[in-house]
Amino acid sequence: MPDATPAPRKFEPRIVAFFCNWCTYLAADLAGTSRLKYAPNTRVIRVMCSGRVDPQFVLEAFARGADGVLIGGCPPGDCHYQVGNYKALRRFRLLRRLLREMGIEEERLRLEWISASEADKVKAVVNDMVEKVRALGPLRLKVPEEVFAEEVAA
Amino acid sequence: MQEPKRNGNGAGGVGVYVCHCGTNIAGIIDVRELAAYAAGLPGVTVAREYKYVCSDPGQEFIKQDIRALGLGRVVVAACSPCLHEKTFRRATEQGGLNPFYFQMVNLREHDSWVHTDREAATEKAKDLVRAAVRRVRLHQPLERRRVPIDPKVLVVGGGIAGIHAALTLANAGKKVYLVEREPTIGGHMAQFDKTFPTLDCAACILTPKMTAVRSHPNITLWTYSEVTKVDGYVGNFKVTVKRKPRYIVEELCLGCLECIEACVYKQAKVPDEFNLGLGKRKPIYLPFPQAVPQVVVIDPETCIEFKSGKCKKTCVEVCGDRLAIDFKQQERIEEVEVGTIILATGFQPFDARRIPYYGYGTYPGVYTALEVERLVNAAGPTGGEVLLRDGHKPRTIGIIHCVGSRDEHTHRYCSRVCCMYSLKLAHLLKEKTDAEVYNFYIDIRAPGKAFEEFYNRVAEEGTHFIRGKVADVYPEPNGTGRLVLQAEDTLLGLVRRIPVDMVVLATGLEARADAQEVRRLFNITCSTEGFFLERHPKLAPVNTFTDGIFLAGCCQGPKDIPDTVAQAGAAAAEALALVDAQFVELEPNTAYVLEEECSGCKTCVPLCPYSAITFVEAKKKAEINEVLCKGCGVCVAACPSGSIRQNLFEDAQIFEEIEGVLAHA
Repeated sequence: MPDATPAPRKFEPRIVAFFCNWCTYLAADLAGTSRLKYAPNTRVIRVMCSGRVDPQFVLEAFARGADGVLIGGCPPGDCHYQVGNYKALRRFRLLRRLLREMGIEEERLRLEWISASEADKVKAVVNDMVEKVRALGPLRLKVPEEVFAEEVAA
Repeated sequence: MQEPKRNGNGAGGVGVYVCHCGTNIAGIIDVRELAAYAAGLPGVTVAREYKYVCSDPGQEFIKQDIRALGLGRVVVAACSPCLHEKTFRRATEQGGLNPFYFQMVNLREHDSWVHTDREAATEKAKDLVRAAVRRVRLHQPLERRRVPIDPKVLVVGGGIAGIHAALTLANAGKKVYLVEREPTIGGHMAQFDKTFPTLDCAACILTPKMTAVRSHPNITLWTYSEVTKVDGYVGNFKVTVKRKPRYIVEELCLGCLECIEACVYKQAKVPDEFNLGLGKRKPIYLPFPQAVPQVVVIDPETCIEFKSGKCKKTCVEVCGDRLAIDFKQQERIEEVEVGTIILATGFQPFDARRIPYYGYGTYPGVYTALEVERLVNAAGPTGGEVLLRDGHKPRTIGIIHCVGSRDEHTHRYCSRVCCMYSLKLAHLLKEKTDAEVYNFYIDIRAPGKAFEEFYNRVAEEGTHFIRGKVADVYPEPNGTGRLVLQAEDTLLGLVRRIPVDMVVLATGLEARADAQEVRRLFNITCSTEGFFLERHPKLAPVNTFTDGIFLAGCCQGPKDIPDTVAQAGAAAAEALALVDAQFVELEPNTAYVLEEECSGCKTCVPLCPYSAITFVEAKKKAEINEVLCKGCGVCVAACPSGSIRQNLFEDAQIFEEIEGVLAHA
């Protein structure tokens, strides 16, 4: 056993990304075929439509240690399923309010419209989000005792 | 002995196959470490890495392992599922498992190709593989839905691509609807004079095919019509077509053209679209002599009867009891059911006005290449004599290549045809005028059968080639009326100023202005340059991401006539393959209701864009029609009681993926 504690590793944000099958997932594929380079911090989970992203998926990701969650869908008017992205937008707005109540910063949840041809945008969004979340530091969810203390003090 | 169950029973471990993809994946991701890591994951029986898992021996590993090791699930970590998910599902099935006991990990497009840090890329790969292994263990055996295919085909666009595709399908005995926006089919090719490199005339190739379309018993030709709505899915599309009024009863018009002669306009006064305004037409006109159908059109914008209602209507008089003219004709809406659709909507030439320093629209001596096609054409506005707008014959001509191509201010891509058509025009102009012809080029691109030979031929004929991009076009100062082309000759290292009588702009090809609307209408995708996107450039070059919709010709990207015809044939063959299979298998990613858990709240009912969900009053439960469901999962995410589920995208499977990607050490 080494007795010296290892130097703390640099914080690398962990971002779970839900990409719709028809636009953003394809844009990420295109970023690959175009050999664009971006930060390796995202882990993409494919869904058929951004409208499939259940708020519970996002909460589960934060609960399991994600520092950020990115949802990628077709631009307005372009949804493969006509209006699924609008439903995603509504849920996203509600969810952001809920997250704020929970003390999770707004920048940690992001919804982006990225069409299949916008490989550049995948790169830009991922890099930007990684930087913003890196600046926020690791997500630390409050333990119930802290919340109680705050509520009593308020 | 029990027969091995095709659907499996959920037992058996997971096999993980890590693909090197040559060095595409293995160059960045440590595949050995990844496979060793995968082998240690809970539930994994075997993990292998191999150079090309998609190859025959690669697939054989999977099949043998399923049989020999009794695998119950398969994970392949390779390229994008868009590329090879089908391949590996098939291998899984051939090994004896249900094909949906499979999960793919996108190591190439989403990892090795976009990252440079070996360690970080390998860590990411581990996360993704771990998530897939956890997910696949919850996969359910599924059956693909089979739906019958309507054998009729819709072809949109009546240029050479649409014509060739329609004829190929019709000759194979399929019913085809060919919809063209303009009053005639023929497209851009009908406007060309001769075609490179053989110099056979465009009309001689095209017009017999146009006539064949008109007379083919299997083709329903709707010109002056547009698709306005597309519903349904592969095999079962419902298409709405708007047929614009041409104010002529198509069935009654014989194409005698007497009405044009009889029009109260004695002289043709309206700029003629087919000749790009270089000629004139009357308000009642036939776009060009070989138009198909041979049915005239009335232009309500210029017809006196439409403008004032006080015309003598000499056209109606001369038409007599044929009664083909109908000023009251209304737009008609047709609805057709087809199984497959071929889009052949073509391109538009780059608008030369976007580069003001070339002076198009300012100096009368500047022409676009398409205008020159009409000028050299024997059936064109000058009868094939090359005369400038001032009536003179040009003695010196400058052709500027790459106008709107290979330029970061306009389009970065090469339009592929401009070099060759510029060489052709150089040859034709020289032949007709004996002028000195100067080509200003960046690079000459002649990569086709007999193309380089044609280039050499034109060069030997005495056409000049100056390697340099023209930076300015301006009138010669001493009032000669000539235009000076200024360019840096990059081979001589000198600035050249060459006065010419005529400037020809080799304009590039671009996506049509309404490509985005058309894309939405058909639910397909555009690439960055705005052309329609093919499913895969090599594996599925004429398919789109929407099953049953295929691409042909320049709507997919710039290409010449031989390539366009080849692609149209390919699109027709793909459509035929679907139609002749008589049914198609759909992804089983539909949603379903767990009846005992449904509270009957009806939240889901209005969410479904396809009206696939109904509320069954008798049971007070929601019900999903599997045929109408397209599998987006919006209702699944919305159901407050969690009683709607989605095949292939079950909540539990996605939760496993979330936990999986985050569960690292």
